[in-house]
Amino acid sequence: MAVLEISNLKKTYNEESDFPVRAVNDVDLIIEKGEFTAIVGPSGSGKSTLLNIMGGLDHPTAGKVIIDGNDISELRENQLIDFRLHHIGFVFQSYNLIPVLTARENVSFVMVLQKTPKQERDHRASSLLTEVGLGDRMDSRPSELSGGQQQRVAIARALASRPDFILADEPTANLDSKSAGHLMDIMLKLNREEHMTFVFSTHDSRVIERARRVITLVDGKIVSDIQQNAS
Amino acid sequence: MQLIFAWRNIWRNKRRTLITAASIFTAVILALLMRSAQLGAYQRMIDNVVSFYTGHIQLHAVGYWDEKTLDNSFIPNDSVIAILNGHKDIRSWVPRLESFALTSSQDLSEGSLVVGIDPEAEDRLTRLGQKVVSGKYLGTNDNGILVSEGLAQKMQVGAGDTLVLLGQGYHGVTAAGKYMVKGLVHFSAPSLNDGMIYLTIAEAQTLYGTGNRLTSIAISVKPNVDATLVANELRNEAGTLPFEFFDWKQMLPEMVQLIEVDSAGGVIVISILYMIIAFGIFGTVLMMLAERQHEFGILVSIGMKKVKLASVVMLEILMIAFTGTIAGIVAGIPIIAYFHYNPIQITGEMAKAYESFGIEAVFPFSNDISIFFTQATIVFVLSLLLSIYPWFRILNLKAIEALKS
Repeated sequence: MAVLEISNLKKTYNEESDFPVRAVNDVDLIIEKGEFTAIVGPSGSGKSTLLNIMGGLDHPTAGKVIIDGNDISELRENQLIDFRLHHIGFVFQSYNLIPVLTARENVSFVMVLQKTPKQERDHRASSLLTEVGLGDRMDSRPSELSGGQQQRVAIARALASRPDFILADEPTANLDSKSAGHLMDIMLKLNREEHMTFVFSTHDSRVIERARRVITLVDGKIVSDIQQNAS
Repeated sequence: MQLIFAWRNIWRNKRRTLITAASIFTAVILALLMRSAQLGAYQRMIDNVVSFYTGHIQLHAVGYWDEKTLDNSFIPNDSVIAILNGHKDIRSWVPRLESFALTSSQDLSEGSLVVGIDPEAEDRLTRLGQKVVSGKYLGTNDNGILVSEGLAQKMQVGAGDTLVLLGQGYHGVTAAGKYMVKGLVHFSAPSLNDGMIYLTIAEAQTLYGTGNRLTSIAISVKPNVDATLVANELRNEAGTLPFEFFDWKQMLPEMVQLIEVDSAGGVIVISILYMIIAFGIFGTVLMMLAERQHEFGILVSIGMKKVKLASVVMLEILMIAFTGTIAGIVAGIPIIAYFHYNPIQITGEMAKAYESFGIEAVFPFSNDISIFFTQATIVFVLSLLLSIYPWFRILNLKAIEALKS
């Protein structure tokens, strides 16, 4: 079952100028439920732009992005915000946790926005943090956590809203190899055991090795789309 | 959680929050002290003149206020007395017969305002007895007079001396009498202190040949009651009876004008003060917005509605303002209380300058609770106005651009 369908997607910057930049150029893509997909490519190849459009953070110049039967390119901004809250989980390169909230509160935050009852969100935040190996750091603030730990909180936060899929923009870019490995272990475990769909952009070859599908972008076009046996 | 979020956010940059709150604190306390001193001075002026002489409201025969002659005096009837006694907001009332007379002693003479009073009732209403500085207060059947201190000095008389009063009585009869000075009274307001003579109402009626007529009934209302409202109610109740009711604002328009002009000056100074503070708070808001663009982008990305985000930021501004305001009020209360009970006394030339304008050079601070509410409301409204810009910025925020910032 497809969780995300992209067709004829284009994103052009400076369209009116003499030198338009085609960041995403006629991309067609289907992401199935339970996929663990890496989008790779050199800098400037359009990975982040594609991920932003998939996440409803940016509007395409042309084409469709269909999630759960909705063409999100046609949604208005407030509808998009609401859509992101209920359908998409985000993991950012530099963790981007809310510095004044504890790990548990960071995870609970999206559930507060979803108006989840307190008891339920406390329980879910605790179990998600335990799942990512931070059961003993729930009341720590981001500044008291290592980069790897913060990124694990970010994953727990992304999972908290029970999204259709998680988009991760270079999630290991700021982590040392041990933390990056640990993070990938967690993402894979969630993918295998809970069938959570992950789509992430990366430059890291050790991460790429562990993806089951690798999509390569060059100059905004998909130049390869490979299924591989990952560890 | 949004409250916790907002509260913790304001303490992310403790120094900045404290500086902003301190500037609000300073503005609030300065505004409180300034306003309290001003309103206290006005109240003192009103008390001097209104409570100690005119009363909050006066009842006269129709036409008396425009032409203050004994020919416009009246005989109080039972209906009007019943109205005064039946009104719930009237504390007390006193009958008076007022006219002018030439006061003379040996080769000195001076114009004076002669007031016939009911000594006991007048003392209850205006505490006239407490103003006696020499000699004794009038008894109910006394035939002596009380003379204001300034007039006594001009006439070079003291308690026990004699003064002659000469004037025109009811329907043009000659009014003349010789009276022993029973006591001297001191008024803070120079306009009163320099020309008042009191005698019993019976003596005044005899002097002026008015029979049992009165020129006015001075009415005092209960504390915190609006005299203007009571005057309106009395007018309605009196209906077609041939009486007019004037509140103190109608009787003393110069004082109302003086207070309004002076008050406007104070309001301008306070407005400038708050404007400066507003720029300070706005600076904080701008810095906070610039620092947190990326974070705003994250919050909107993960599904926080912009209106909700803007509300949190507004809450933060209000919390800082609230902290500064409460601190200002808490610090202001003991200072205001102190100066309320220990008024600032101006002395020397400055005091004389005030007195030449008819203003007593004593400035107690007002402890009117509305001053505190007003300042808190001003800061609250100011904060709401300053929240418009963050609202505007956040509602126009592009998540993708904010994430890149």
